[in-house]
Amino acid sequence: MSEFAVELQDVVKRFPTPEGGEVLAVDHVTMQIKNGEFFSMLGSSGCGKTTSLRMVAGFEWPTSGEVYIEGIAQGHTPPFKRPVNTVFQSYALFQHMTVFQNVAFGLEMDGAGKDEIKKRVARALEMVQLTGMDRRYPRQLSGGQQQRVALARAIVKTPDVLLLDEPLGALDLKLRKEMQLELKALQQKLGITFVYVTHDQEEALTMSDRIAVMSQGKVLQMGSPVEIYERPNCKFVADFIGTSNFLEGTVKSLEKGMANVFIPAFNTEIKGIVSGEVSVGETVAVSVRPEKIRLADKAVLNQNCFEGTIDLVTYIGSDTHLYVGLNGMKLKVWEQNKISSLDPTAYYTVGQKVWLALFPENTLVMASE
Amino acid sequence: MLKRLRENKSSQGTLLITPTLIFMVGLLIIPLLLTLIISFGRRSADGNVIYTFGLHNYIRILGISTACEGGQSLCFDPLYANILRRSLALAFNSTVLVILLAYPLAYFIARAHPKRRNTFLFMVLVPLWTNFVIRVYAWMMLLRTQGVINSVLGWLAGLVGIPFAPFEMLYTPGAVLVGMVYEFLPFMILPIFTSLEKIDNSLYEAAADLGANPIRTFLRVTLPLSMPGVVAGTILVFIPVMGTFIVSDLLGGRQVILIGNLIQRQFLDARDPTFGSAASLILMAMTLIVTFFYTRKFGFGEEIVAA
Repeated sequence: MSEFAVELQDVVKRFPTPEGGEVLAVDHVTMQIKNGEFFSMLGSSGCGKTTSLRMVAGFEWPTSGEVYIEGIAQGHTPPFKRPVNTVFQSYALFQHMTVFQNVAFGLEMDGAGKDEIKKRVARALEMVQLTGMDRRYPRQLSGGQQQRVALARAIVKTPDVLLLDEPLGALDLKLRKEMQLELKALQQKLGITFVYVTHDQEEALTMSDRIAVMSQGKVLQMGSPVEIYERPNCKFVADFIGTSNFLEGTVKSLEKGMANVFIPAFNTEIKGIVSGEVSVGETVAVSVRPEKIRLADKAVLNQNCFEGTIDLVTYIGSDTHLYVGLNGMKLKVWEQNKISSLDPTAYYTVGQKVWLALFPENTLVMASE
Repeated sequence: MLKRLRENKSSQGTLLITPTLIFMVGLLIIPLLLTLIISFGRRSADGNVIYTFGLHNYIRILGISTACEGGQSLCFDPLYANILRRSLALAFNSTVLVILLAYPLAYFIARAHPKRRNTFLFMVLVPLWTNFVIRVYAWMMLLRTQGVINSVLGWLAGLVGIPFAPFEMLYTPGAVLVGMVYEFLPFMILPIFTSLEKIDNSLYEAAADLGANPIRTFLRVTLPLSMPGVVAGTILVFIPVMGTFIVSDLLGGRQVILIGNLIQRQFLDARDPTFGSAASLILMAMTLIVTFFYTRKFGFGEEIVAA
């Protein structure tokens, strides 16, 4: 068995447009997905994540580059000969077949015996909690149940790799959250590699072992959810994953993984961790997550500390979201409501002066592109 | 009265279906009843209807005859039974042939690039802009002994120096079959196309993903999902083929007599509307029975609800 379940080797995919031009959907993507990993491709629509997945499934062939599954180059292998199965965004259930027939379809194609099919379908339906539904037709099921049938149909063949193309996109929020946890549990139980495509960053963070953040056909960053969130390697990733405050500046000096950045808007230097790669003199983005800014009534640091005025206070239950005006900029600050109080002044007031402490270890310096 | 109408939902409904009701009663139910009454009557010497009640016309179609050669009192005259059987066989053959030709065409159109799809559909529909009879005449031009096909073949044979005897194609059962298939092809292509077009591409992908090669995908997914179109097309083709007389009249000459021709001749040539009426009702009964069993087996071609 190869170390990698799926490997994309410098893959390029171009599509012809109706006007006779070409669209570059996937732009020299290289990624290695380990065996047993829950791997997500994350990006907004048109970033190339679905096309990349479809090239693994075999629905599209790369314009150049190569897709490997379990170490074997796939070339123009048709989908029905690949050891992968797909859960489609639209579920793509066969409406003229019962739940049982849908799930049995793949096994029948493999020429499995009747008894074996019965046993394996029953086990797959049990795993997605659809026992007893086998005689129903897809149109008699709810969206969530149809989703589970699609899942059962794909896992019943115990593929080396399961490909999931935004499988939860059509479900309502609550069901989606439930299914996220269920999918993760299922993946751990089955021990097979999941390649998951989503535009929902929270979903990707919740479920994945590793995430590839994609934009305009390129992989911007690949890493664990913690790495992606805590050390985004560029402004796009920091902006796409979670919420960030950005300050623009120029790198003055670099030392031991830290950078001093001159911020023209504040007319001072800020110190922060280098996240990704930057060089002296480069125009960079300084990013601080709103939950990582500390509020204080005086300057608690020699550097990275600024006085501002509260512009807006939003109480949202678990947290209080503030906008703090500072040299004509507005910074988002989230404070957890750690103390239960009915006194409105306990939650800051508009017009109040506060000090913001941007601790260097919470402040990231990254490429602005 | 208007006020009552505004307030009463059920009288609104009655009012709305009145035009259809008048149409159906006046142009379908009353004529059908008249046909039924006439079919029990007798033809007078000058071709009028004598209204009596007797089943003699039906007995005649079924072939129970009293004018027997061997001196028996009753014998079987297969004349009309043969016509009925021939009509059924032709309708069946035509429908099967039409399905075999229309399905690949509809499949091709449904999978064609959307831009070209409309052009293809347009090409399917264009012949329908020309009168039915004129198109049958066009086939006569093609199939005649001195017609286009024989001329071209003769010319080709002349080029390579093979002796050529023109084929006798017109006025044969084959010509009638070709005519029927040609006339009713669009009525099969369109419903099949419609049901094929509705099949989401992801279903083909799902089948392939689960290990089905293109042939099995077709047999297990495409074909069953397009059956509603085939059923609808079959009803649209089988029923008119059973009843037409123009195609068999013009392309079959006097050789191929179908039940449609029989009815037409009873009314226009033999001037026996009573026998013509009985034949019409037999035709209707046959069509209804076949359609009934067919739809019992395959449904009415209603759409399988997608997603």
